[in-house]
Amino acid sequence: MTRRRIIPGLPLSLGITLFYVGLIIALPLGALVFKAASLGPEAYWNIISSERAVASYRVTVLSALAATLFNLVFGLALAWVLVRYSFPGRRLVDAIVDLPFALPTAVAGIALTTLFAPNGWFGGPLLEAGIRVAYTPIGIVIAMAFTSLPFIVRTVQPVLEDLDPALEEAAQSLGGSDVSIFWRVILPILWPALLAGTSLAFARSLGEFGAIIFIAGNQPFSTEITALLAFIRLEEYDYQAAAAIASVMLITAFVMLAVTNLMQARALRYTART
Amino acid sequence: MKIALKNVAKTFQTFRAVRGVSLEIESGELVALLGPSGSGKTTILRMVAGLEYADEGHIFFGEEDATDIPVARRGVGFVFQHYALFPHMTVGENIAFGMKVSKNKRSKAEIEARVGELLRLVKLDGLQGRFPNQISGGQRQRVALARALAVDPKVLLLDEPFGALDANVRRELRRWLREIHSELGITTLFVTHDQEEALDLADRVVILDEGRIVQQGTPEQVTRSPNSSFVMRFLGDTNRLGASVANGMADLGGASIAAPALADGKADAYLRPSDLAWSATGGGIPASVERVLDRPDSRRVIAVTDAGDPLEFDVAPEVVVRAGDRGFVQITRAQLFAAE
Repeated sequence: MTRRRIIPGLPLSLGITLFYVGLIIALPLGALVFKAASLGPEAYWNIISSERAVASYRVTVLSALAATLFNLVFGLALAWVLVRYSFPGRRLVDAIVDLPFALPTAVAGIALTTLFAPNGWFGGPLLEAGIRVAYTPIGIVIAMAFTSLPFIVRTVQPVLEDLDPALEEAAQSLGGSDVSIFWRVILPILWPALLAGTSLAFARSLGEFGAIIFIAGNQPFSTEITALLAFIRLEEYDYQAAAAIASVMLITAFVMLAVTNLMQARALRYTART
Repeated sequence: MKIALKNVAKTFQTFRAVRGVSLEIESGELVALLGPSGSGKTTILRMVAGLEYADEGHIFFGEEDATDIPVARRGVGFVFQHYALFPHMTVGENIAFGMKVSKNKRSKAEIEARVGELLRLVKLDGLQGRFPNQISGGQRQRVALARALAVDPKVLLLDEPFGALDANVRRELRRWLREIHSELGITTLFVTHDQEEALDLADRVVILDEGRIVQQGTPEQVTRSPNSSFVMRFLGDTNRLGASVANGMADLGGASIAAPALADGKADAYLRPSDLAWSATGGGIPASVERVLDRPDSRRVIAVTDAGDPLEFDVAPEVVVRAGDRGFVQITRAQLFAAE
């Protein structure tokens, strides 16, 4: 006997969404895995463990980590300021936060390169101070941080808006200092949202291409990111190698998202009813 | 600890929430701030707590001027209407919070022992491992109280503590709060808009309207001798009848009552539903019955006088009265105020 459902439209909506997930996400990814798998284990391993590929993983992952950590702090601060204070231009700042989403990443990359090039507005003074940004991993970090900032701001902002001011007042009345209230009350409540935003930002940084290639210099073994390496293989018509390298990125992203989802579920235990 | 407010005032933008309130709360006293919404009662409570700063006036804790002491160092326990429990902490962790962030360090065992003691006090032993989301509203409010008491506050402040609970739980918690108060003897100030709650619970009731104290006194004083028609109306159901006073007697169109304190002229008589009686045969204000509402302990009669004034009063369950009956309303008690 089929159970009757109160909410109508399940077969239709489920059918349509699954069809689209299959067509737009699963099919291309499946093709990628298929292409990579056609290499055979030894050839596959040789490609993905080549010195140049490993160097590209290191640059990509370390830069993404640095960019995400930076955004974790800066994005939280930005969300905090946007929610907690009213100041002239708050709405403008709020709107600007989304610009990295809207801007073509190549445009962002060119703009950042112009600014941070040795003869640019920021690049010149920084070079005098001994810091070279363009064509170094620092440039990669900046490009990644630029394109992934909105993820953290936009995930934390609604949670911060919903945070009951009475919680902080209660903590204050119990003698908590501002610092202890932040660490013991506010941060743990924001943590699941921060985690979600962080994982999205990290995933985006791993996959970022357009913004980075202009500022990175793209020197193999030092400033060549994995996405670019896959692209170079494509240009060489070596589709299997490109797919192999891409599959490493795919697996990394998938594992990372799975881990953060687990952490998030753990952090949200307290919302479960018995 | 004795608390004194001296001419305290607070304005939010253009809204004058509190206008020159002076109030003394004796050590160990349980005082209710009672008033309609917007009367400034919560603002007063929050100023005593240090969650708002007074624009004018001073607040004393004992001999100390506490006006500018921030909430974290004021040593008050504050209980919020919607509990404000930390959702990511268990019941035990919530109660321990104040001790953990305190400057005088306590050992883990000491904190645990105190948490256990407080859980017994609020009758929630065994629930320390639950999250706030997993317990009922009444239990949450008890946790909130235990958490506030954990830091040994000099003063306990409660903002509509039972406002979000249903009637039965509310009555039970009221009795329980009274017990805890007599056990601990801590100076307590609570805010409510529920007259019954204020009268049941408090040693002294402070009635507020539009940011000012209208009347204060024991429940007996404010109920038996209200000093204004506002207090009379606010404390319970009332009927109003126009009266004319001459030579110390007020004439209510069929009944007259002594009015020694009023000057000759127009006056208003305020009558509780239990101040009136029904008589089919005579003596009193002629009226006809419109509806009868049967309640567990009495019958509420809704009637209209021949002069057109609506009256509501209670009669004993065995009194026979029906819609459409004609008869007379007799006045056993009344409060008279000069006409507004």
